Amino acid sequence: MLGYVIKRLLVALPTLVLVAASVFFLMRLIPGDPATVILGDAATPESVADLRVAYGLDRPILMQFALWVERAAGGDLGRSITSGEAVGPLILQRFQVTAAIVFASVAIAVLIAVPLGMLAAWKQNSWGDVAAVAAATFLLSIPSFWLGLIFLLVFGLWLGWVPVVGYVTFAEDFWGALHYIALPVATLALIETGVLIRMARASTVEVLRLDYIAHARAKGVPEWRVLARHAFPNAFAPTLTLIGLIMGSLLGGIAVIETVFTLPGLGRLLVEAIFARDYPVIQGVMLFIAVIYVVVNLVVDLLYPVFDPRVTAG
Amino acid sequence: MTPVLEVDRLSIAAGGRRVVEELCFGIAPGEALALVGESGSGKSATARAVIGLLPPGLAPDGGEVRFEGAALAANSAALRRLRGPGIGMVFQEPMTSLNPAHRIGAQMEEGLALHTSLSRTQRRDACIAMLERVGITDAASRLNAFPHEFSGGMRQRIMLASVMLLRPRLLIADEPTTALDTLTQAEVMDLMSGLAREHGTALLLITHDLGLVARYADRALVMQHGRAVEQGPAAPLLDHPREAYTRALVDALPRRGVARPTRPPSAPLIEARGLSVTYPKRGALFRRAEMFAAVDDVSLAIHPGEVVALVGGSGSGKTTLGRAMLRLVQSASGQLLFRGADMTRQSGPALLDFRLACQIVFQDPYSSLDPRMRVRDIVAEPLRLPAGMAMAERHRRADAMLDEVGLGGLGARFPHALSGGQRQRVAIARALVRDPAFVVADEAVSALDATVRKQVLALLRDQQRRRGFACLFVTHDLGVVEEIADRIVVMQGGRIVESGPRDAVLDTPAQEYTRALLAAALRRPGA
Repeated sequence: MLGYVIKRLLVALPTLVLVAASVFFLMRLIPGDPATVILGDAATPESVADLRVAYGLDRPILMQFALWVERAAGGDLGRSITSGEAVGPLILQRFQVTAAIVFASVAIAVLIAVPLGMLAAWKQNSWGDVAAVAAATFLLSIPSFWLGLIFLLVFGLWLGWVPVVGYVTFAEDFWGALHYIALPVATLALIETGVLIRMARASTVEVLRLDYIAHARAKGVPEWRVLARHAFPNAFAPTLTLIGLIMGSLLGGIAVIETVFTLPGLGRLLVEAIFARDYPVIQGVMLFIAVIYVVVNLVVDLLYPVFDPRVTAG
Repeated sequence: MTPVLEVDRLSIAAGGRRVVEELCFGIAPGEALALVGESGSGKSATARAVIGLLPPGLAPDGGEVRFEGAALAANSAALRRLRGPGIGMVFQEPMTSLNPAHRIGAQMEEGLALHTSLSRTQRRDACIAMLERVGITDAASRLNAFPHEFSGGMRQRIMLASVMLLRPRLLIADEPTTALDTLTQAEVMDLMSGLAREHGTALLLITHDLGLVARYADRALVMQHGRAVEQGPAAPLLDHPREAYTRALVDALPRRGVARPTRPPSAPLIEARGLSVTYPKRGALFRRAEMFAAVDDVSLAIHPGEVVALVGGSGSGKTTLGRAMLRLVQSASGQLLFRGADMTRQSGPALLDFRLACQIVFQDPYSSLDPRMRVRDIVAEPLRLPAGMAMAERHRRADAMLDEVGLGGLGARFPHALSGGQRQRVAIARALVRDPAFVVADEAVSALDATVRKQVLALLRDQQRRRGFACLFVTHDLGVVEEIADRIVVMQGGRIVESGPRDAVLDTPAQEYTRALLAAALRRPGA
């Protein structure tokens, strides 16, 4: 088990190096010089040159890359060109915001969608099933920013239940933080619920056709137990893969949601950094996102055997 | 004595159409009744209706089912309580009838926990005893294993054990051994009828195979298109069928054809010399995996125009050898010669020529045809290479070939619009359209009903006689090879254990394994 984890992480190393290299070199292709961006109107050729020397931008590009990789391997992702903050802690700080929202919304979505999808499959073609599928399709067709804006309008402006702008951390004010993340979480949860209902329903329909379900019924097992004990683990395994993919993509950035709700999350950090040509921040965030994908997929693979013993980790 | 089960004018409807029509039969305690019929005859629907587990889309449409004198209402709590201790059911597909997510001990115990007041240790002991009874060695530790750790035959035994634990008064077995090879089939059937007799359990056996009826049923009911055709004690019914349909089913049992004169010795068309195929066993981290030899140093020569049957149980390596002889799997060592030329490491044009001259018919007609291609295009596809033949000509030849296999006029259909037997004809047409020199038929008729099997076998034999291709017929069923083989090669554990002219192997088998295969083969009773 531990050996498998280490092996998987080692295998991921080339992926990470590849991500690092492509991000690094692609960034350099974007027109615009960070020094000019930072100095803005005050830029003189001398001040630009000074700034370039200060940030190492005057060196050959390969050397810049080598330097960055060397430091990154030691945990130092450099400093933001615009704010001067250390990139590593900056990412972690912003990631906490994103992670809180993503974990909460995916958890809520799973808790709603999996039982609902399974029930829909159990009563396949009933009106309840049709309604669940219709609702799911509707939810996953809504653009997240639109749903977010409507929520803000209704619950923030009209009803005044939650603040419209701002954020406090859980450490500062637990209940306050809950208020701030309630709407983004609800928005994301609803949309992911749509995707997950369809998946849970489809895999349950598949499983319910199989002989071991008939076998369980033929033993006299009551229906709730057939669903909970015989259908659930088998139907949940494919859904787990999808949950992993969703987690990976959401943790990597929910820039739109963060922008709508003005949350200081990872996605917004990345977008701001791109506009500012803040190379160290962009590189750091991209690398971090790649690491998230690797870790999330590893966790899914490790969880998989719990639901499907035919798959063994290793 | 009250019958265990009475089915009184039972009808089942699918949509507006009746798939079972006013069916009547009864089973006395301890009696074994076989419900015989081909796919679509309504036999499985009947079995499922008895236990109240009709698949979605099917619904009872009149009539009554009585268990020990009491009428069974569909979906009632009483019926659910009866499932298990009253009526047990064994399913067809051992690969899907045990839940892959739970240990077999937990699955076996579930029924006991629901229906008895035994303690946990008592339940466990009962499971162990029953597993031992069905021939699972080391039962106590095997309780903790998952279904995927067992072979198909073992799973079917476990299934049987888990059902018989509750000592049902009626056991419904729906094609319980159709998915198993002949040897395992005989073992599981013997076990099942033995257990039923020990516990005084009545047996409702659903099967398409009259061979099973002769051996395991007291009475038989033949069904066609949802109606009872003929019903009566099994032996007389098989010996003197009154109805034409029953007679057709009896005739479909394999019978030995006339042996062809041995041919003058000629150079082999295709020859394996010391061929081995190996697969890696599961390896540990960072360590070289151990190799497992599926085919182990096998030499086999097939002459032009010869039909060789390659026989063996599951895991004997017969399918792998068949594929290795087409180079569909790469051999680890040894040589493959085609018309004297070494094909083992050949590539490019020479390999293409070999591929064009050799064809295969697969077992499963449902997955071996591309569902997105029309039948005519499927058959015409092998003609695309070497390039040059006009499409119109390819289609003309495909249509002519379809005519030959009895599918004239069906070229524009998609595979899903054909029956299993028709699909297998398409597969045969595809294999023969280039006039191959060598054809591997890999369990080509195993998935078919008895009468359809008979027809497809006849088609293969006629085409072989006319076109004169050499054929390697891979099968687990000695009954089938009787009809068409010139020579029989028996495989066990990756090696050839016996080989010789058909009649010699069938009449005077030298190996114990061959004798066991023969004993298990279901043939025409009395033949």
